[in-house]
Amino acid sequence: MSVLVGKDTRLIVQGFTGSEGSFHAGQMIEYGTNVVGGVTPGKGGQKHLDRPVFNTVADAVENEGANTSVIFVPPAFAADAITEAAFAGIKVIIAITEGIPVKDMIVAKQIVKSHGAVLVGPNCPGVITPGEAKIGIMPGNIFTPGNVGLISRSGTLTYEAVDQLTKVGLGQSTAIGIGGDPVIGTTHLDAVKLFQDDPDTESIVLIGEIGGSAEEEAAAYIKDHVTKPVVAFIAGSTAPPGRRMGHAGAIISGGKGTAQDKKKALADAGITVVESPADIGETLKGVLA
Amino acid sequence: MKIHEYQAKEILKKYGVAVPDGIAATSVEEAVEAAKKMEANGATLFVVKAQIHAGGRGKGRTKKNNAKGVILCKSIEEVREAAESLLGDVLVTIQTGDDGQLVQKIYVTDGVDIEKEFYLGILLDRAVSKNVIMVSTEGGVEIEEVAEHTPEKIIKEWVEPGMPLQVNQARHLAFALGLEGEALKKGIKFIMAIYNAYVETDSDMFEINPMILTPDNDVMALDAKVTFDGNALYRHKDLAELKDEAEEDPFELRAAEFNLNYIKLDGNVGCMVNGAGLAMATMDIIKLSGGEPANFLDVGGGANVETVKNGFQIILDDPNVKAILINIFGGIVRCDRVANGVIEAVKDPEIAKKVENVPIIVRLQGTNAEEAKVIIDNSGLNVISAVLLKEAAAEVSKVLA
Repeated sequence: MSVLVGKDTRLIVQGFTGSEGSFHAGQMIEYGTNVVGGVTPGKGGQKHLDRPVFNTVADAVENEGANTSVIFVPPAFAADAITEAAFAGIKVIIAITEGIPVKDMIVAKQIVKSHGAVLVGPNCPGVITPGEAKIGIMPGNIFTPGNVGLISRSGTLTYEAVDQLTKVGLGQSTAIGIGGDPVIGTTHLDAVKLFQDDPDTESIVLIGEIGGSAEEEAAAYIKDHVTKPVVAFIAGSTAPPGRRMGHAGAIISGGKGTAQDKKKALADAGITVVESPADIGETLKGVLA
Repeated sequence: MKIHEYQAKEILKKYGVAVPDGIAATSVEEAVEAAKKMEANGATLFVVKAQIHAGGRGKGRTKKNNAKGVILCKSIEEVREAAESLLGDVLVTIQTGDDGQLVQKIYVTDGVDIEKEFYLGILLDRAVSKNVIMVSTEGGVEIEEVAEHTPEKIIKEWVEPGMPLQVNQARHLAFALGLEGEALKKGIKFIMAIYNAYVETDSDMFEINPMILTPDNDVMALDAKVTFDGNALYRHKDLAELKDEAEEDPFELRAAEFNLNYIKLDGNVGCMVNGAGLAMATMDIIKLSGGEPANFLDVGGGANVETVKNGFQIILDDPNVKAILINIFGGIVRCDRVANGVIEAVKDPEIAKKVENVPIIVRLQGTNAEEAKVIIDNSGLNVISAVLLKEAAAEVSKVLA
């Protein structure tokens, strides 16, 4: 068992024949992910990476039984690609694309929700269940199968945390990169709920950063509903207010969304908060000992 | 992307939002001409406003002339004096920091009579992924203070995704401001128009503080702070052109030319990292190691020789930098390639000269990390290698000691 992606995943890649989509589709196939095809409008009927290319997501669902999609479509067309997947009945939609306008995402998120699908991202590294399915751009070799559920708004910081976990002997059930944008599908709170309900997840690592209040909302839920140990790190204690720190969503505005506030909310909820990003793995090991 | 007040008001006007007449000026003569033109149209009072990308201008003061950033003038002569006192001087406000910001443009506006002052703001409510319109009867003061002390005085309406603002929502907000009769009608029209402007321009923040009611029952935006969603500028070429590079940090402008995501800070340890989250975490670890971060710099996924070189150039131009921490988590990018890139960059004659007295700590982790360490260690350069983040932190402490 795992969450969102695993052995039952039948993945299609939207933006399959583009350079990013093509490269990462190859990496995902190599990892063992069940990639059943891809979508590039106008190139339907061709073969790419030995997999069929379809004009529409609906065709891919009908012909290959696709249930999951990963999106590498450029930002101007990515929200449309997300909604196309939702309309076609895809249940898990993972959007890697960075730079989608907020106005488009507000609508896309609503459409995904009304079609009963789950959106992860955008602007995220993807989702991986080690040993079963890697969907996204993360380096598969640093992950190991295990029982830690990981949630993060950042890509390379996820890799950092995973690397530390693997080195102290803690494998991962699933790692979810939820993305660094202000409008994202799956939030910290949604991901925490998934891990709490997953019998294969025994502990949770939650990585947040400045901006918004998603970590605080997760903290409030964890306090009352989560029985598994949680270790958290919040990036951006030294970030100045009013500046966007790389991620569109990483900004302290009107004094709200500081790392200090988030750390306090998490600590008040009984969560172990690490000050240094170098201590994530060892701290969780200590908590589980 | 931030724009000036005068630009924001031009946009609002286009969408049917009432604003006082005004003309932007870059010289004293232009300001005087502007005031004369407005006088001919019936203006008797003028307001001269410094145009900088920072709030708190009304309470700010210029360094040389000690002039306020917003000056009420009763005559053309006073407009001239106000323009002289502001243009070319440096305005310090609560938002600019002690360095202040050079005033290169001013905005001469009609000094309209004010019956009541309100607040109106539009932004994304991230918790629900919907735009929210907020109004308050407490206009002209910092909304953060209202939010903290009297949150009940902020009235909100959330707009359904993909839908226009409904008239009943605008009416609710206008009633909440205590508007009646003719003023109520104009208030509703104002709110409908301003939300439309927000959506059509792909903005990510509107702040109208104050929004005013005049004795003639007109509802107007007396000030306007507008920022656009940078990710949507590709479909608004006209708005993208409003960017005023004179308002940007020169280091950051240069970094932008190199396509680097860089933010200048005041510390003594520069850093170069791949990925925004890891970059913030690296800044935090610099602080925990006894230093202060000199910058935020995300070189993105690639981290090739060119980006590393450009990154060095930007970081080393900052005289406060006493050490540099490079933190790359090579996933799909192999660390040995990044290591070779770093070595090549440091050997560049221009960079080599600058790094003589600046220790560089390179932490490479991920695919081929050990090979990368060997490459760095055998380079004979003033570069310290690390594999674990913890080791890198210890090296930072050591070089600062």
